[in-house]
Amino acid sequence: MKKDTRSLLVCQGSMCISGKSRAIQEALEKKVAGTQMDGDVEVKLIGCHGFCQQGPLVIVEPEATCYTGVTVEDVDDIVQSDLRDGQVVERLLFHDPETGSPIASYHDIPFYGAQTKLLLRHCGLINPEDIDDYLGVGGYEALGSVLERPDGREVLAELKASQLRGRGGGGFPAWRKWEACLDADGDEKFVVCNADEGDPGAFMDRSILEGDPHAVLEGMSIAGFTVGARKGYIYVRAEYPLAVERLRVAIDQARRRGYLGSDILGSGFSFDVEVFLGAGAFVCGESTALTLSIEGKRGLPKAAPRPRTTEVGLFDKPTLLNNVKTFAFVPLILAQGGEWFARIGTEGSKGTATFALSGHVVNCGLIEVPMGITLRKIIYEIGGGVPEGKAFKAVQTGGPSGGCLPESFLDTPVDYDSLLQAGSMMGSGGMVVMNEDTCMVDVARYFLQFTERESCGQCVHCRLGTKQMLTILEEITRGEGKPGDVEFLVQIGEAVNAGSLCGLGQSAANPVLTTIRYFLDEYEAHIVEGRCPARSCKALISFQILPDKCIGCMLCAKACPVDAIAGERKSVHVIDQGKCIRCGMCEEACPSRYSAVERTSGSLAEGGEEA
Amino acid sequence: MKERLEQVFSAHAGTSAELIPILQQVQEEFGYLPEEAMESIARFLRVPASRVYAVASFYAQFRFSPMGRHKVSVCTGTACHVKGADRVLDGVERVLGVSEGETTEDGEYTLETVACIGCCGLAPVLTIDDEAHGRLTPQGADRLFAKGEDSRQ
Amino acid sequence: MRVHDLTIDGVAVSAPEGTTVLDAARKKGIYIPHLCDRPDLKPVGVCRMCTVEVEGKGLVISCKTPVRDGMVVRTESEGVSKVRQVALELLIADHDSDCLTCAKDTNCSLQRVARHVGVDSPRLARIRRERDRRPLDTSNPFFDFDPNRCILCGICVRTCDELQNINAIDYTFRGTKTLIAGFGNRPRIETNCESCGECVVRCPVGALVPKDSRQPSKLVRTICSFCGCGCGMLLGVRDGEIVSAAGDFKNPASRGRLCVKGRYGYRYVNSPERLTTPLVKRDGEFIPVGWDEALDLVAEKFSESMGDSFATIASAKCTNEENYVVQKFTRVVMGTNNIDHCARL
Ligand SMILES: Cc1cc2nc3c(=O)[nH]c(=O)nc-3n(C[C@H](O)[C@H](O)[C@H](O)COP(=O)(O)O)c2cc1C
Ligand code: SF4
Ligand code: SF4
Ligand code: SF4
Ligand code: FES
Ligand code: FES
Repeated sequence: MKKDTRSLLVCQGSMCISGKSRAIQEALEKKVAGTQMDGDVEVKLIGCHGFCQQGPLVIVEPEATCYTGVTVEDVDDIVQSDLRDGQVVERLLFHDPETGSPIASYHDIPFYGAQTKLLLRHCGLINPEDIDDYLGVGGYEALGSVLERPDGREVLAELKASQLRGRGGGGFPAWRKWEACLDADGDEKFVVCNADEGDPGAFMDRSILEGDPHAVLEGMSIAGFTVGARKGYIYVRAEYPLAVERLRVAIDQARRRGYLGSDILGSGFSFDVEVFLGAGAFVCGESTALTLSIEGKRGLPKAAPRPRTTEVGLFDKPTLLNNVKTFAFVPLILAQGGEWFARIGTEGSKGTATFALSGHVVNCGLIEVPMGITLRKIIYEIGGGVPEGKAFKAVQTGGPSGGCLPESFLDTPVDYDSLLQAGSMMGSGGMVVMNEDTCMVDVARYFLQFTERESCGQCVHCRLGTKQMLTILEEITRGEGKPGDVEFLVQIGEAVNAGSLCGLGQSAANPVLTTIRYFLDEYEAHIVEGRCPARSCKALISFQILPDKCIGCMLCAKACPVDAIAGERKSVHVIDQGKCIRCGMCEEACPSRYSAVERTSGSLAEGGEEA
Repeated sequence: MKERLEQVFSAHAGTSAELIPILQQVQEEFGYLPEEAMESIARFLRVPASRVYAVASFYAQFRFSPMGRHKVSVCTGTACHVKGADRVLDGVERVLGVSEGETTEDGEYTLETVACIGCCGLAPVLTIDDEAHGRLTPQGADRLFAKGEDSRQ
Repeated sequence: MRVHDLTIDGVAVSAPEGTTVLDAARKKGIYIPHLCDRPDLKPVGVCRMCTVEVEGKGLVISCKTPVRDGMVVRTESEGVSKVRQVALELLIADHDSDCLTCAKDTNCSLQRVARHVGVDSPRLARIRRERDRRPLDTSNPFFDFDPNRCILCGICVRTCDELQNINAIDYTFRGTKTLIAGFGNRPRIETNCESCGECVVRCPVGALVPKDSRQPSKLVRTICSFCGCGCGMLLGVRDGEIVSAAGDFKNPASRGRLCVKGRYGYRYVNSPERLTTPLVKRDGEFIPVGWDEALDLVAEKFSESMGDSFATIASAKCTNEENYVVQKFTRVVMGTNNIDHCARL
């Protein structure tokens, strides 16, 4: 960034792209080109800026003006009013939900306020497709200074001082892995970056690859130098085409500038990186399955006891395998010092944590917070609370391996150990907020359906245990649960966790066990009363039209896909419960000023009369 | 088929570790993995044919039958799930008349589910040929296809 | 080699370095339930049934845990029984229940595990339900595969890979859809399976069973008569007929292995078409004669055709020694180098 130029940063994270931010960027470029502003204003793409909920975003730097919900039609206004006349376009600013007043700088928006951006420091600032931007913010300096040292011992010392723990979910101290790999015998070693990100509600790794790919490459090169590897692999999901594309661009640029390849920066050290596209298997996030997958095999985790990956890993060679975020932290830690890093966070968990905040919160998005922050602060301050005046019910972290924590845990500090203790886990960073309309039995069923599908199928507990738990949960959500089911679920779940071969099975029961622990009453309502308290389980609900509210507008009858609603214009409509498939279209169609469609669960749902 | 396969093979050395990238490229080329192609791959890499099939059937990306002209993927990630992805999926299944994993009779659409496409803020989301459509309701999904059909002709 | 001393359920056991706890127990006659382990295959640890508790380490699988000096192993504990009882029930719930009609009845590893571990009946009743049945593969002339009885221990896959190097079958698909199959899930007869039956003898349950499986009344230890390899075999006899053949694991040459001919080719012994006396062709017809007469005739004809008008074709069913004698005879006695061998059966 030249000092006196102004930058128009167009967010091109996945969510903004789906809001057509590419077209916005083109329109901005066209608009600026040929005016006298050309040259003083640069239009550039950036990775995810975080505030996805308000996207597509256009940021004007250095003022930090944040335009939200931008469309191609707004481009004229932004260029003419803001850039030319210096007049902020107020209607595109974020408006404080309470006061209704516009906030120009994103620094002043509460969503950003409580965050600490270390890992995401470049996301939304630099152009991920331009290595010069990365170099402009000090990129590859850490690698340069590392390469001047005789060996990797100093890097290890910094890493140890930083107390960085792996960000892939398990939280294993990074330096110990690096040291083990350095000490492992072998003339050939590998560095592998785990970008499989299988948690079905998470996109942090993806955002980093899309927004700051060079940081990952730099971290991997430093790792290569430290442990003595010359080849690295990045295992990315094929479902992330944009991340793959940006990585390839970055690798290509780094090679051409001599930051990758042979004799890096004239140091004699050679290191190159290859992108491997995962072919769609959650279990391949597990380290032994991942390396087998790169070897062209089925991703079947290897049973313990077995040698560590740092000794026998990819192609049976010593292999250092870390998560995207773990690698991306490394250049920063080396630049700022391990001790600096260790001052952030809590006793056992240093630094920051990134989350993909989603579900029933006002502000969905990509966030980064210091370890130790409470769940409440994340959900209410950054996330802006639960929308539509609904009550909070639970927050899910750790994806399919994690758990659902109720309101009473909102003041739990977010760190590896506290979450584990509460029955959930840090995971790799999905955080899904659930409101009162979410059925917790259904949430457990949802995760079990996921693990059942994703189980590799080799070991008995996981293959058949997830299936049995899923079947029982399906029966419960259909109102076919039997007394004793909760106990059976707990018994099977505990055996699956204790007996399974790999981490997938060993945590598969967590969503069931935590929901039973914290929301037992919901299970009982389903099993004993055939009632879904959240009025969400399809088989247990019914829709009624309230005669005193219906004005006979016929909208619901038109919306019903199975013609289950009868009624003349201006007369009360009635739903034929026999025909109704409970799709909820009528509820949606009924204008909110009438709200004549009522959703019930319990005795009414059985088609009986109101008691 | 032979030439197209050789085209793919020519970029590879023929080591067994190339199996997955080759399967991906062959599928890219043909839209699915014909058995004949898998047998050629086995010969090229000198790995047992059973292993090629074992690997191809393990990973969700690979398909053994051709796809429809358009791919519809309903996100069933966690965020989308809690915002009603099931109902969206039901709706789409109803409109297209196929279940998840199937292709419409006219070969127009193949319906799939995916886990989180990174647009959770727009949940529930579906993509049609990689273009994301967010904040869906079952009704919205209906409309999408009514509209989608016209604009595609 | 270093020897480790440990205890299993209080019994002192010593075993050389590298032995697994399961093997050490097996040698000592202590039964640890297991399904996916076999001494002649590499352990994979997928059935989880051999879980034991090791003091200071908690639950481990004994088939992959090497013995260590001072190790204290318990094969029964609350943790162990929880893990393996649920595993057993899950397997039973996913398995055909008509044991009486199964060829493996009384000789089945799953039954043995079930007897040893026991089940929680109400829990098993809850999880046992109607299952989708998968089609049987009866395409192979010698054995059938019933996926509804398969416990996915992977022994057949490892056998075909590690022992036979044929790789006709593998795990296909994944999760609950996992199926042992060959390329394209084609019938086994259309794969490169050589019908050696090595997988069939190793299948611990009734998923892979020989087609004709009459139980013999006695076993006779012998050598396979098919070829010169001389594999050791146990022929099962019942009512004066050979009804089964099995590899002899005590035979040092073949260590229990047989090929398709040795294992399934025994039926010719009782075949009515089999020649039992020499035949001599007279006036276009074969007439049974005695051995003396037949051999005299052969000797007579041989002496009429010394030299290059003579040739021998020896049989692969002969031993090396016999084939040596044949060629020696041809060269020295008959005076010709016209020698060939069928070299296949
Ligand atoms: C079923 C399963 C899925 C996993 N998925 C991921 C993943 O998507 N990304 C990841 O980084 N780690 C994943 N892990 C954890 C990895 O096995 C491994 O611990 C991690 O990548 C190590 O990196 P770290 O030390 O930097 O955390 C998964 C583990 C299991 C058992
Ligand atoms: S726990 Fe599940 S995913 Fe892991 S090895 Fe067992 S079956 Fe496979
Ligand atoms: S019979 Fe032999 S060749 Fe055929 S699958 Fe079994 S082990 Fe492999
Ligand atoms: S067929 Fe038999 S040996 Fe093969 S996996 Fe099934 S149970 Fe095991
Ligand atoms: S859960 Fe659907 S986009 Fe993330
Ligand atoms: S025998 Fe050890 S896990 Fe199967």
